[in-house]
Amino acid sequence: MRIVVLVKYVPDIDADRRFEDCRVVRTPGEGTLNELDENALEAALRIVESLDDDARTAAEVVALTVAPEQGDLALRKAFQMGVDRGVRVSDDALAGSDYAGTAAALAAAVRRLEADGPVDLVITGMAALDGLGSVVPALVAAELGRPALTFAKKVALTDGVLEVVRETDEATETLSAPLPALLSVADTANTPRMPNFKLIMAARTKAIEAWTLADLGLDAALVGDAGARTTTTHAAPRPARPEVELVQDKGSGGKDLAEYLIRHDLV
Amino acid sequence: MTNRTVLVLLDPAAEVRSSVLELLTIGRDLGRVEVVTLESPSVEALARLGTHGVETVHQAELPAAVRGDARHLPAVVAATLAAAVRRTDADVVLAPSTFAAKEAVALAGHALGAGVIIDAAGVTEDADGRIVGTKRVFAGSWDTTSVVTTDVALLTVRANAVVPKPADAAVATEVEGFAVPVDAPLPAVTQRVPVVRDAARPTLEEAAVVVAGGRGTGGDFGPVEDLADALGAAVGASRDAVFEGWFDRYVGQTGVTVAPRLYIGAGISGAPHHRGGMQASQVIVAVNADPEAPIFEICDFAVVGDLADVLPQAAEVIRAHKAAR
Ligand SMILES: Cc1cc2nc3c(=O)[nH]c(=O)nc-3n(C[C@H](O)[C@H](O)[C@@H](O)COP(=O)(O)OP(=O)(O)OC[C@H]3O[C@@H](n4cnc5c(N)ncnc54)[C@H](O)[C@@H]3O)c2cc1C
Ligand SMILES: Cc1cc2nc3c(=O)[nH]c(=O)nc-3n(C[C@H](O)[C@H](O)[C@H](O)COP(=O)(O)OP(=O)(O)OC[C@H]3O[C@@H](n4cnc5c(N)ncnc54)[C@H](O)[C@@H]3O)c2cc1C
Repeated sequence: MRIVVLVKYVPDIDADRRFEDCRVVRTPGEGTLNELDENALEAALRIVESLDDDARTAAEVVALTVAPEQGDLALRKAFQMGVDRGVRVSDDALAGSDYAGTAAALAAAVRRLEADGPVDLVITGMAALDGLGSVVPALVAAELGRPALTFAKKVALTDGVLEVVRETDEATETLSAPLPALLSVADTANTPRMPNFKLIMAARTKAIEAWTLADLGLDAALVGDAGARTTTTHAAPRPARPEVELVQDKGSGGKDLAEYLIRHDLV
Repeated sequence: MTNRTVLVLLDPAAEVRSSVLELLTIGRDLGRVEVVTLESPSVEALARLGTHGVETVHQAELPAAVRGDARHLPAVVAATLAAAVRRTDADVVLAPSTFAAKEAVALAGHALGAGVIIDAAGVTEDADGRIVGTKRVFAGSWDTTSVVTTDVALLTVRANAVVPKPADAAVATEVEGFAVPVDAPLPAVTQRVPVVRDAARPTLEEAAVVVAGGRGTGGDFGPVEDLADALGAAVGASRDAVFEGWFDRYVGQTGVTVAPRLYIGAGISGAPHHRGGMQASQVIVAVNADPEAPIFEICDFAVVGDLADVLPQAAEVIRAHKAAR
């Protein structure tokens, strides 16, 4: 069993997230592993742990990111949780990638990994907390020609068949597909494990493989600004809200609330 | 108005929800609006589309293997949208911002080699006639504008982007079938249980007013529902309240993202994960017993108090105000 987990390096949601020249500022120190990708890592590790001894020894979990050098931070976190290998795809030509470009780069890296053995499963988080598109998983599946089982809240793998339960806005669905497939997990799928002390120590020095577009055999014209089909032309902080009107409830707080709504034509 | 063709996704096709009416309203400003469905629209839906100026509904004729529950899989919806664009030579595709529709739109963009904007808060055109999407990002703290640089533009649009308006004149709506080849590898749909909607309340995704309850309700959503009913609002929750089993749907980055005219949070602390899903709301009101609650930092109006006292009183005053009107 070989599993590739896609992990994104994102600005911390508690940090001062911002744009400069219409680009997200990714200041080192304010970046982190996308929290929702911890659920993807957990799902991968649990699948491996559920295998019998021989299969478990032969199994490999690879964490893969498309990011500048700082993205190593996301991979170190993945090592701390227990993945075997970390791969970062970095290339100046990737700057400005849109959904399509990002998915093309991720899929090319998965194909490159397939050069030395099949990849049975690609696992992702349900969203990256910066772009929040939630569409990269489906696009990577399309690039790889695999079925996508996305937003899983329950995951089971039996005899090479993946089955998930998911809730969409319209329905609760049970989906299944034989491997190879792509799986994206919701934050309700599992509780990510805490990093393990032994692994924390080992993670510091684990080798990270850095690949460029040339290593992937991917045409630079398909990614980054060159390949982008959408361009951000303007980014500005929203005007600050006026100072909050704060009332203490001394028996008429509900009335005050209602009157605020009536005064502002919200009723 | 230009001679663009704008396709709007209607899935499911039994009713035309307010989010779709908003898309039709946006679409009419960009060009001629047509609708794409995966099943036959109800009579009521067709009448509604007629009042919104839709002359043509393109209904997918799917391969037998994907006619059942599988027809709602994003890859099937995507194949349908892509085929509809090719058939009509459409310039723009608009869909609501649900998780399933986002995937479908992105995959259709992939098939067509076209640019995609997810979660737009508004759609316009620039001086060169290119489609422009505005977005509220980073928990509603930044506004961005993006231009689609390909000939075809696909967008998912958040609810409450515009106030839906019927067309100046109603038209007769015709349904035309069209064949859709589906060659993507699909998972099997072994079970599908549709969500039962509360007919008495708007849905969280679409509501113009949302009242949400958190852990501070202590499990009693009565006051939250009471105020929601007085306002004609949807009810939501924090993730913790849902995990406690007190309610079924939560607002937030991983739950439902809302941007209504008015959001009222009661007994919700305002964690970043929750704020990410409501901070783009136009007016934010909070009721919280703790004067230091982080949600107060992003509020327009706040009451420090017990929600069990404050909400019912507010509901009563609002009901009296409405009755007097
Ligand atoms: C605020 C903002 C708005 C944007 N809007 C648009 C837009 O409207 N249209 C458009 O085409 N592009 C847009 N982009 C660009 C887009 O976000 C990037 O192409 C890209 O970073 C992937 O999309 P995402 O962040 O939405 O990921 P999501 O689709 O939300 O990510 C889901 C999962 O995919 C995996 N994943 C995603 N990216 C990576 C990565 N780089 N490395 C490893 N794993 C990954 C992770 O497992 C993640 O959990 C936007 C970017 C930002 C920051
Ligand atoms: C990966 C991840 C994703 C997440 N995604 C989401 C998400 O999408 N949405 C979400 O909501 N959360 C999400 N969370 C959880 C989030 O971090 C918070 O834990 C959660 O939002 C807190 O819920 P709460 O405000 O109801 O509870 P608390 O933080 O416990 O706050 C309860 C509040 O109620 C107040 N209170 C108590 N009694 C009363 C009373 N009688 N009257 C008035 N006020 C009272 C308290 O002062 C307090 O401020 C996520 C967490 C993780 C790790």
